[in-house]
Amino acid sequence: MIDFGPHAGFIIWTYLGVAILLAALIGYVAWDSRRVQDKLKALEARGVRRRSDRTATGG
Amino acid sequence: MSDAAPLKQPNWFSRLAHPGEFLRWSKPMLWPLGIATAMLFAIGLYMALFVSPGTSDNVGPTLRILYMHVPNAWLSQMVYAVMAVAALGTLIWRHPLADVANKAAAPLGAAFTALALYTGALWGRPTWGTFWEWDGRMTSTLVLLLIYLGIIALWRAFDDQLRAGRIVAVVTLVGAINIPIIKFSVDWWQTLHQGSSVLVSGGPRMAPEILATLLVMVVAFTLLFAMLQIVSIRTEIFRRRADAMSRQAAAGGRTA
Repeated sequence: MIDFGPHAGFIIWTYLGVAILLAALIGYVAWDSRRVQDKLKALEARGVRRRSDRTATGG
Repeated sequence: MSDAAPLKQPNWFSRLAHPGEFLRWSKPMLWPLGIATAMLFAIGLYMALFVSPGTSDNVGPTLRILYMHVPNAWLSQMVYAVMAVAALGTLIWRHPLADVANKAAAPLGAAFTALALYTGALWGRPTWGTFWEWDGRMTSTLVLLLIYLGIIALWRAFDDQLRAGRIVAVVTLVGAINIPIIKFSVDWWQTLHQGSSVLVSGGPRMAPEILATLLVMVVAFTLLFAMLQIVSIRTEIFRRRADAMSRQAAAGGRTA
């Protein structure tokens, strides 16, 4: 068992708080990335193409 | 034999600047970066909890809190420095990725600054007897958090992201005045917050095992920022593509 000394509560809450907020930050970044890529795929599935793609394929 | 001049290959800066190229070269970096970050966090936490002493002469029994506080405090300022460089890129070079980098970094900087304030408060209570004091270092760090939140709000206030980019760049550079204020606040004013103990003339004022733990945690947090920043930039590029395609679709610009 780790000996945190007389201020164990403050130390534990520091590590817990950082872990929770970092997990939330990583989760948000991953969720936002997935959401945007899904939107892009849905647009492509509907046949919408970027102008540069149309130019490149002569469309 | 053709008279046409050979196509000039773009230099590394141009390649970096092109969003499509960024998407190409950044993708293979993510897994190695993620693995390195996870490994450094595992090593850093092991050192912080099992190797490092729980107390030191100049910090006392709350030493372990500093292994969380210092990396977040470092990143709160470093992320803003990244945004300030990106702002210069927007205003001077019209770098196509600069405003994307600024927008991607702002929520990350706000999170690290909030964590620096949170861990600082939890360190201050047992050490100084208070969670908060309106001294130079703490107040200027709170101002930094408000600047981050203001920049995030500004990005969201504009539909035209190119116009937002230029306005945010100016605000970012004005807000950069706060960074040296945070850094030198402990020298300029009487403050509860102690002065620097790592980057000082004569070398760091701490035991090698404490310094090593601190450095591992700082590098781990910095790599985490680098990874989240790359993912956020990629997301923003995809978001702008999706928005452009949505506008095209709304304007009847579908392909057959």
